[in-house]
Amino acid sequence: MNNVYYGKLVFELSKPGRVGYSLPKSEISGYCISEMPDVLKRQSKTILPECDELTVVRHYTNMSNNNFGVDTGFYPLGSCTMKYNPKLNEELCALPGFNRHPSTPVEYVQGSLKVYDEVQRTLAEISGLSRFTLNPYAGAHGELTGLMVIKAYHQQRGDEARTKIIVPNSAHGTNPASAAVAGFKVVEVKSLPDGTVDVEDLKPLLGPDVAGMMMTNPNTLGIFERNIPVIARLVHDCGGLMYYDGANLNPMLGVCRPGDMGFDVMHINLHKTFSTPHGGGGPGSGPVGVRKGLEHLLPNPQVEKKSDGTYDLHCDEKSLGCISSFLSNFTVIIRAYAYLLSMGKENIPMAGKLSVLNANYIKECLRSHYLLPIEGLCKHEFVFDGLRPEYGGDHHDPAHVTTLDVAKRLLDYGFHAPTIYFPLLFHEALMIEPTETESKDTLDDFIAVMKRIAEEARDNSEMVRTAPHDTPIRRLDDVKAVKEPKFTFKNL
Amino acid sequence: MAKVIEGLFYAESHEYVRVEGEYGYIGITDYAQSQLGNVVYVDMPEVDDEVTAGEEFGAVESVKAASDLFSPVSGTVVEINEALEEQPELVNADAFENWIIKVKLSDPSELDNLLDAKAYEAICE
Amino acid sequence: MYKYFPHTTDDIQQMLDVIGVKSLDDLYAEVPEELKLKRELDIPSEKSEIEVRRIIGGLAAQNKPLVCFAGSGSYDHYTPSVVPFLASRSEFSTSYTPYQAEISQGTLQYIFEYQTMMADLTGMDLSNASMYDGSTATAEAMLMCVANAKKRNKVLISATCNPQVLRVVETYAHYHGVELVKVPAADGVMDKAVAQELIEKDDVAGLIVSQPNYYGIVEDFTGLADLCHAHKALFAVNSVASSLGVLRTPGEWGADIACGDAQSLGIPMNYGGPYIGYLCTKNELVRKMPGRLVGATTDAEGRRAFVLTMQAREQHIRREKATSNICTAQGFMCLFVASYLSLMGEKGLREVNEQSYAGAHYLHDALLKTGKFEDAFGPKPFLCEFTVRVKGDAAELRKALAEKGFLLGVETEGMPGCLTIAVTEMRSKEEIDSLISNI
Repeated sequence: MNNVYYGKLVFELSKPGRVGYSLPKSEISGYCISEMPDVLKRQSKTILPECDELTVVRHYTNMSNNNFGVDTGFYPLGSCTMKYNPKLNEELCALPGFNRHPSTPVEYVQGSLKVYDEVQRTLAEISGLSRFTLNPYAGAHGELTGLMVIKAYHQQRGDEARTKIIVPNSAHGTNPASAAVAGFKVVEVKSLPDGTVDVEDLKPLLGPDVAGMMMTNPNTLGIFERNIPVIARLVHDCGGLMYYDGANLNPMLGVCRPGDMGFDVMHINLHKTFSTPHGGGGPGSGPVGVRKGLEHLLPNPQVEKKSDGTYDLHCDEKSLGCISSFLSNFTVIIRAYAYLLSMGKENIPMAGKLSVLNANYIKECLRSHYLLPIEGLCKHEFVFDGLRPEYGGDHHDPAHVTTLDVAKRLLDYGFHAPTIYFPLLFHEALMIEPTETESKDTLDDFIAVMKRIAEEARDNSEMVRTAPHDTPIRRLDDVKAVKEPKFTFKNL
Repeated sequence: MAKVIEGLFYAESHEYVRVEGEYGYIGITDYAQSQLGNVVYVDMPEVDDEVTAGEEFGAVESVKAASDLFSPVSGTVVEINEALEEQPELVNADAFENWIIKVKLSDPSELDNLLDAKAYEAICE
Repeated sequence: MYKYFPHTTDDIQQMLDVIGVKSLDDLYAEVPEELKLKRELDIPSEKSEIEVRRIIGGLAAQNKPLVCFAGSGSYDHYTPSVVPFLASRSEFSTSYTPYQAEISQGTLQYIFEYQTMMADLTGMDLSNASMYDGSTATAEAMLMCVANAKKRNKVLISATCNPQVLRVVETYAHYHGVELVKVPAADGVMDKAVAQELIEKDDVAGLIVSQPNYYGIVEDFTGLADLCHAHKALFAVNSVASSLGVLRTPGEWGADIACGDAQSLGIPMNYGGPYIGYLCTKNELVRKMPGRLVGATTDAEGRRAFVLTMQAREQHIRREKATSNICTAQGFMCLFVASYLSLMGEKGLREVNEQSYAGAHYLHDALLKTGKFEDAFGPKPFLCEFTVRVKGDAAELRKALAEKGFLLGVETEGMPGCLTIAVTEMRSKEEIDSLISNI
C-alpha cells in the first residue's frame, strides 16, 4: 500500500484500436451471428474499454497499491476475524484438476466430492453437530438456510403457528434480516448491562408461536453467554429450535462446541474461522450444520459417501429445497480443507485460545484510555465505548472526539480501523478483534498508537477530528454520495 | 437545544401532529432531526393509504442510520410533502415547517393520548 | 508454536501476567465446566506443507478430465492469464468489505468499474456488487418485484428458465411467502398468450423471463415490457452475461430488472463456484435494490473518490426491514469480471460469442447429419447452446462418450431423451470433429 492516490478508471485509459486478448483463428466458417433475426440482437455499442495487456496490468496493480489487506497490516475489524490467509491454500484451490464443470458425472469428480465430504465431517466434529451442508455461499446465506431448516422442521410436523424468531438486540443485522427473508416475524430480546441476554425478558416472549431463537456465543460484545444452558432449555421447552450464528466461533474452537451448548442448527463462516480470504467482501462460504434428526432437511443436493467408499450426489424429498445453482463456493471449500489439514487437532484449539489471549491483552492495556463498558474476561473480541472523558471522549460535550475520528486517525498510523458503531448498544462502540495470527509485537505497536491517539484527542483534538491526513485520499463526502448518486462511469 | 413548539401534539417516538380542522400534518420533531443528522431520504406512503396510530408509515434516512416513522394518529393520507422527494434536507432546515404527510383524522380522540409541548420537552432532556 | 502463530512462550506468559490469569485455559474461567469439551477433537493431526500438497494434489488428480460440451449455467470460456494474476494480489484478496474508504480505493474502484460494465452490458442504469450466483440473484429480483408492488404478492416466472434457477427461486418464494406462478412453455419458448392472460388479472408484481433460455433458444420478448407496465408489474430478464455482448439487452427489451450469472465473463467453472450473480435495475428502483452499491463522490480536498453508499437500505442498519439479508460484496469476483472485460473489450466479447456461435452451429448441424439426433423443438435461433433429441438412449450415449473423454452436455430436465449441449471458443474444430467421430 502506498499513499499516492491513483484514482483513474479503466475507461479513461481506453484508446481505439488497442487489444488486450488473443483468440485462435476460427477454423469454422459459414456461421455468423448476423444470421440471427435483428430483433434478437444487441442494438447499442458497449462502454467496454480498448486496452493492451500491460495497460490493464498496471491499472489494477496501481489500484491495489491504494488498498489495505491483512497482508498489508493489522486489521482488527471486530466480528470479521481477519486472520492470516495461508498461501498454500491459494495454490491448492487453483489446481487445474479442480476446475470441472458442475454437471460432470460423479465418477469423474470423486476427488472434489471427497474434499466436500471430508470438510463436512470435520466441521461436524468441531461443532458437535451431526451433519453439514457446504452449499450456502456466505454467512448471511447460511443464516437464511438455517432458518429455512427451522421452518421446514415445524411445517413438516404440521405446526404452522410458529411464526416468530427471537433475536437479541445485540445481534448482527443479518440475523433479523435473514429471519425476515425466511418469512418470520422478528422479536427482540433485551440485553442485561453486562451485555448478555436478559433471561427474564426472554421468558414472556416464549410460547407456541416461537419457531426458534438466534444467538451467537460469545455474543457481539465478545462476552460468553453463560446462561446458554438455561436459555436453550427454555426455548426447547416451548418447542422452538436454537440457532447458532457462527460469526464468533473462533474463540470456542476445541474448547466448547455449539452442539454441546444446546444449539440445533448453525452456520460457520469459512472466511472467518477457517482462514479463507475475505476477497474485498466475498466470496465467502457459510456451511450449515444440524443436530441428529434434522439432516434430511438440509438443502439439495447433498454429497453422500457410499459403503464402497465412493461418493455420490443425493437429493432428499423432505429437504428444504435448493438454495444454490450448484454445490457451494467450491474453491473456498478447498482452501478451508487445506487449512484444516494443516492445523490438525493440535492447533485448531490453540487458534481459539490465542485469539482470546490477544483480545484480553489489548483490552487490559487500553482501558486506561478508552471506556470499557463491560468488565471481566472477553473472548476473541471486545467493545470500548469511545475515548474516556478525560481524553476528550465525553459524548455529552458537542465538541467531543468521536469513535469515527479515532478510527480515521488509526489509518494515518498504518492500521485498519476496528468495527465502529456496532453493536448498537453503545453510543461510541469501537469493536476490536485481533485474531490469533497477530504477534505481541504488533499488538504492542497498536496499543502504543491507540494511546497516542487518545493523547492527541486530549491535546490536539483538531488533528484527530480532521484525520486521516496520510492516506491516499482524505475523508469523503458521503452525504453527497447519497444525494447525488453516481453509480457508473456514465454518471460522472 | 432542540426547538419545541407550543400547540402541537407530540409522540414519544418523536413525531408531531399539527391539527388544522379535521386534518393533521405529521412530521418529525426538531430533536429527532438533530439526532439523525443529515437527512438524505424520506420514505413516504402514498396518498389514500391508511395510517394507524402507533404503527409505522415510513422512514427517514441519514447516511448511516434510518429511523422508522410511527404515526401518532389514525387516518387517511390525503397529501404527501412532495418537496421532500427532491430536497429531504428541508427536514433538517426546519422540521416543523416541513411536515411529511397530511392525514384526515379518523379518530380525533387519539390526540388525547399524545404529549403537549411541555411534556415532550421533558423527555428530550 | 505452529507456523501460523507468532507467539513465543515468553510472549504468552507476559500477556497472561498483564491480564492477570495463570494459564490459557483460565481465559475460559466463566464457561461452565459441563459445556467444555474434555477430550481432543476427533480430527487428523497437523500436517506439513509437503503432506497437505500431496493429499490435495492427489484428490485433484482423481478428477478425470473431460472435454467440456456442457453449459446450462456454467460455461467453459477462456480466462486470460492476467485475470487470476491480478486477482491474486493480496492487497485485494486479503481485504474485507471496503468500510474504510480512505484505504480501500482499490476495491471501491474496481467495483465501480464492474457496476459500470454490468449496467452497460444489460442496458440498465445501475448494478449492485453483491450477488452470490445467477439463481440467488434471480430470487432477489423476485423479492424486489414484491417489495416494489407493496400490495401484490404474485410473481410469474417463465418455465423456460434453467431448472436450477427455478428451484432456488421456488425455495425463496416458499419461505418468504411469495406466490410464484410458472408460465408454461410452448414449443421451447414461454407461452406469451398465457403470460398475457395472467398479467391482465392486475394482481401480478412481476414477470421473470430467461434469455437465452434453458434449451439455448433466444426468445423474442417483443411487447412484454409494455404489457407488464400497463398492468403495473415489473419486467425482469435473466440472461447469461457473456451473451449480452451480442444479444438484445434487457434494457432494450424494456426490462426493469436484469439478473443472472456472470460466471461466463472470465470466471473458471470451479465445479460450481464461486461465481457472481448480477442484479441491475433502473434508477427509480434503487431503493428496492439489495446489496452493496459503490458511488462516486469527492474527498475533503475535492478529488473524485469512491465509497459504499445508500447503506440505509441494508441489513446492518435496517435489520429486519432491510431490502435483503445480503451482506456480501462479491469483490473478488467483481475483480475477475472487471479485469476480464477490460482485456476483452467489446471486440473480444463479440469474438468469443462469434466463435461459440460458429462452433455450436457446426456441431449442431453435424449431429443432425449423423441421423442419430433431431432438434428438440424444430429449428429455433440459438447462440452457443442447443437441445437435441437422441434417437436412442441419451443417458447411455452421454455415459459412453464420457468414457471416451467427452462431457456431452447435460440431460435436459423435463425432456427425457434430450441433451442440452454447449460449445464455447475453447473448443477447437479438432475436438468437435473428434466428438462427432466418436458418436
